[in-house]
Amino acid sequence: MDTTTISSAKLLITLLVPLMGTIGVLLYGKDENFREGVSSVTSIVLFLLVASMLPTVLSGKTLVFQMFDILPGLSVTLRADAMSMIFALVASSLWTIAVFYSMGYMRAHNEHAQTRFNACFALAIFGAIGVAFSDNIFTMYLFYEIVSICTYPLVAHNQDEKGYSGARKYIIYLTTTAKLLFLPAMILIFVLVGNLDFANNTSSGILPANIDKNLVLLLFLFCLFGLAKNGVMPFHHWLPGAMVAPTPVSALLHAVAVVKVGVFCTSRVMLYVFGTDMLHKFHLDVVGVSIVITTITLASIIALTKDNLKERLAYSTISQLSYILVGVFLLSNNGITGGVIHIANHAFAKITLFWCAGAIFIASHKTDISQLDGLAKKMPFTMGAFTIGAFSMIGMPLFAGFISKWYLLQGALDANQMLIVGFLLFSTILNAGYFIPPIYAAFFKKLPAGETCERAEAPWAMVIPIMLTASLTMYLFFNPSLFISLAQAMLP
Amino acid sequence: MDQLLFNSDYPYILSTLIFLPLAGALLLLFVQNASFARYWALGVTTLTAIISIPLLTNFDTNSAKFQFVQQSSWVKSLNIQYVIGVDGISILLVMLTTLIMPLCVLASWSYIKTRVQTFMICLLIMETSMLGVFVALDFVLFYILWEAMLIPMYLLIGIWGGPRKIYASIKFFLYTLAGSIMLLVGIIWLYKTNNYSFFIPDMMWKSYSISAQVYIFLAFFLAFAIKVPMFPFHTWLPAAHVEAPTAGSVILASVLLKMGTYGFLRFALPITPEAATIFMPYVLWLSIAGIIYGGFTALAQHDMKKLIAYSSVGHMGFVTLGIFVLNVEGVEGAILQMINHGVTTGALFLCVGMIYERTHSRELRSATGVGKYMPIYVTFLTFFSLSSFGFPGTNSFVGEFLILAGAFKYSTPLALAAIPGAVLAAAYMLRMLQKIVWGGTDNPDQSWLTDLNAREIVTLTPFLFFVFWIGLGPQPFINLMHTSVVNLLDQFHAHQGQAVAAAELIFH
Repeated sequence: MDTTTISSAKLLITLLVPLMGTIGVLLYGKDENFREGVSSVTSIVLFLLVASMLPTVLSGKTLVFQMFDILPGLSVTLRADAMSMIFALVASSLWTIAVFYSMGYMRAHNEHAQTRFNACFALAIFGAIGVAFSDNIFTMYLFYEIVSICTYPLVAHNQDEKGYSGARKYIIYLTTTAKLLFLPAMILIFVLVGNLDFANNTSSGILPANIDKNLVLLLFLFCLFGLAKNGVMPFHHWLPGAMVAPTPVSALLHAVAVVKVGVFCTSRVMLYVFGTDMLHKFHLDVVGVSIVITTITLASIIALTKDNLKERLAYSTISQLSYILVGVFLLSNNGITGGVIHIANHAFAKITLFWCAGAIFIASHKTDISQLDGLAKKMPFTMGAFTIGAFSMIGMPLFAGFISKWYLLQGALDANQMLIVGFLLFSTILNAGYFIPPIYAAFFKKLPAGETCERAEAPWAMVIPIMLTASLTMYLFFNPSLFISLAQAMLP
Repeated sequence: MDQLLFNSDYPYILSTLIFLPLAGALLLLFVQNASFARYWALGVTTLTAIISIPLLTNFDTNSAKFQFVQQSSWVKSLNIQYVIGVDGISILLVMLTTLIMPLCVLASWSYIKTRVQTFMICLLIMETSMLGVFVALDFVLFYILWEAMLIPMYLLIGIWGGPRKIYASIKFFLYTLAGSIMLLVGIIWLYKTNNYSFFIPDMMWKSYSISAQVYIFLAFFLAFAIKVPMFPFHTWLPAAHVEAPTAGSVILASVLLKMGTYGFLRFALPITPEAATIFMPYVLWLSIAGIIYGGFTALAQHDMKKLIAYSSVGHMGFVTLGIFVLNVEGVEGAILQMINHGVTTGALFLCVGMIYERTHSRELRSATGVGKYMPIYVTFLTFFSLSSFGFPGTNSFVGEFLILAGAFKYSTPLALAAIPGAVLAAAYMLRMLQKIVWGGTDNPDQSWLTDLNAREIVTLTPFLFFVFWIGLGPQPFINLMHTSVVNLLDQFHAHQGQAVAAAELIFH
C-alpha cells in the first residue's frame, strides 16, 4: 500500500448511513413527521460525512476500505478518490434538499405508501453512494444492481397499468443489459487480468497491453451499452418509460442518482479499466464519440417533438448525459474535466427543472408544455427557477452549464476535433429550441381564458428547494472551483 | 489403499451419520402418535446435523484422500466391502444433506396432516440413503443406496403428493430406474475388469481401452444425466416437483439432483477420463441447451413450483457446464453451485409451500399481491429470488461467476452462449417476484392471509444465512474442496492423453 492510500472505516460508516436511514424509515413509518425527520437527519449526516472526506481527497490521498474478500482478485472494497467525491457530493447534497421537496410533493398529492417510497428512496441513495465509492468493477456492479432493484418500487409507485408497464420496461432494460453485456465483460476482464481492481490513474488502465484488438472492442461495447443507466442509445427507452414515477423520483433519481450512476460507472470503466492510453491506441475514443454524439443529436431532436414536460426533460437528460461521455472520450484533460464536472452541473440544473415540473403539476395539474401559457404570472418563483435551469442546460453564461460546455469545447479544440465542436454547437441550438418555447409561453403568452393571475405557487416545502437548487446552478458558474479542482485531481 | 485416510478420533462418525436416521425410523415404526413423530424426527435429524459438525472441523483440507474412512468386509464371497469416506468433493454435499433435513421436518410440521409417522419414517430413510450415496466407496454399497433412495421418495410423492401424484411418482421411479439399469451394467463390467473388486478408488485412473471407456461413459452419462437432470432427460422433474409435498420438493431439489453431478465428478471423470474428453464438447453444448431451455420454459410457467422446477434445469445446466470445462474455476464453481442451488432452490420451494399451505394453490395468479399483507414473507422471498438469479453478493453469484470464468477460459463463444441463461433467470425470477409482491391492478383479496409464524421464520433463516455467507465469504467452502479438485483435474489431464487422437478416429 503506497503512502497516498489511507485505510479508513469512515467509508464504511458513510455507506451504511443511508442503509440505517432505510431501516429507520421502515421502523417509524407510522409517524410521518418522525419518518421524514429520520430521512432528513440521515441525508444531512451523509452529506457531512462525505464532505468531511474532501480535504483528505483534495490533498491527493485516496481512502480505501475492504469489506469482503470473496475470491482472490474479487472483493467488495470501497474507495474515495477525486472522481468518487464528485458524484458522492452531488448525490448526498441534493438528497438533503430533495427530502423536503418529496415531503411537500407527496403530502400535497396525498400519495399512498409513503413509507415504502421513503425507504426505497434511501436505499437508492445507498446504492448510488456505493457506486461512487467502489474500488473495483465487482463492487460497482453490486451497487449498480442494487440501484436497479431498489428503484423498481419507486417507478411502479402508482400501481396502475401505466406504472406497472413503465416499471416493467425499466427493469427489463436495466437488468438485461447489465446481465447480457456488462456481466460477461466483467468476467472476461477477470479472466484476462486476474482481478477487477480499478487502476489508480486515468491513463494506464488494467488490461494487458498485448490484448487482441477485436476482444478489446467487444469489451468496450459491452461496457458502454451494458451500463444502460447512462442512457446511451439504443438502450435509452427505459428513461422516458420511468417518467410515470412521481416527480420527486424523476427528479433526484432519473435526473441525478440513477442516470449518473450509469454515466459515472461508464466513465469509471473507460478511464480506470481501459485507460486513456488504450482507448487512444485502439481508436475506441472515435467509436465512443460517434455513438454518444449520435445520442446527443437524436435525443435533442426527439425532445423537440415532446409536448409532455417530463418527457421532454427525460430526452434532454439523455442528451445531456452523453455530453459527459463526450468529455471522457475526448481523452484530453480539458475534455475529461468538462465531462466530469458536468455530472454536477447537469445535476443541479436538471433537478431544478424536474422539480419545477412537479410544482406545476401540484399547483395547477398541468403536465404539457402547450398548457403553460402565462403560467409565470401565477407561479413566478417556479417559472423563474425553470428559466435558470433551462438556461444552464443550453449553456448560457451566468449558469453552471456554461462552464461544462466551455471545457468540452476547449477539449474538442485541443484534440482538433472540429466535427465534435460543430456537433456541440448544433446541439446547443437544439437545446435552445426545446427550452425557449416553454419559457416564452410561460412569460409572454396570455393565460388561458377563465384563469386569473392570482398567485398559485406549490407548497413552500417544494418552492424553497427549487429556489435553492436554482441558486446553486448560478453559484456554480461564479464559483466552479470545487468540482474543477476535484476533476483536475483525477488527471495526471 | 493409499487413497484412504483413517481418522482415529472419529472412526465411526460416518457410520453414525448413516445409521442414526435409520435407527430413528425403525423406532417410529412402533409409535402411533403424530405429534411425537414430529418431535422425534426433528430430534433425530438435528442430532445427525450436530454429529456431522466434526467432519468439517477435522477435515484435512490439504489432502485429496478420502477421510474419516471406515472399512470392513461385508459379503466375502463377492468381495463386497462396507467402505465409506469423504473427500473435498463430497463433504459439502454431506453437510448440505444433514443440515437441510431438520429444516425439511420443520417445513412439514403442519403441512403433513395424514400418516405423519409414516411420512417421518420416509424422511429418515431418505436421509440414510442420501448420506450413504455421498460417502459410499464400494460400488455395490453405492448402488444399493442409490436405488434405495427411490422407494421413500416414491412414497413421499405418491402418498402425500398433489392431484397427479401417481403419475408423477411412477414417472420419477421409471426414469431414474431406467438410468440406473445401465449403471449396473457398467458396474459389473468394472467389477470383472478390476480383479473382481467393487472398491471404487481402485477403479479410478486406470487405462481402460477407449471403446470400453466410451460404453462405460455412456452408461454413466445416462444414469447421471437423468438424475441431474440434463436437457433432454429432464421431463420427470417438473412432474415430480409439482406433485411432491414441500419437504419432498426440497429434498429433490437440494440433494437428489446433486447426485447426478456428484456422479459425474466421482465416477465419470476418474473412471473414464478419455471418453469424457471425447464427449466433453457435446455435454457442454447440452448444458447450454439446458440453461436456455430451462430459462425460457420457466418464463412461461403459471405454476410456481413448475417455474422453480424448470429454473432447476437451467441452474443444473450451469453446474454441468462448470464440471465439463474441466478447469479449476469451472469445477469449483460447479461444486459451489451445487450447494448454492441446494440452499436457494430449497428455500424457494419452502416459500412456495408456505403460500400453498395458506391458499391451497400453486398458481401464480392466486398468490399475486401478497406483499402488503405478508411483509416478512416477501422479504425472505425477495432475497431468495435475487439469489436464484445470481445477484451479486449472494451465493449463486459466486458459483456462476466461477463457472463462467472457467467457461471463458475454455472458450469465449461457449461462455457467451450461457449468458442469456443468466438474463432469463433474472427475467423469470423477477416476474414471479413482481407478481407475488405487487401483482397487478386486479389482485384477488389477500387481506385474510397471515404472515409467517415463528416456526416458518426459523425454517427459512438458516437458508438466508448461507445465501449471504457463501455470497460474501465463500473462501472456507472453496478451501474444503480445493485440494480434491486440483488433484482430480491433475489426474484427469494426465490421463486424457490418447483421447484427442481417438476422438478424431471415431468422429472423422
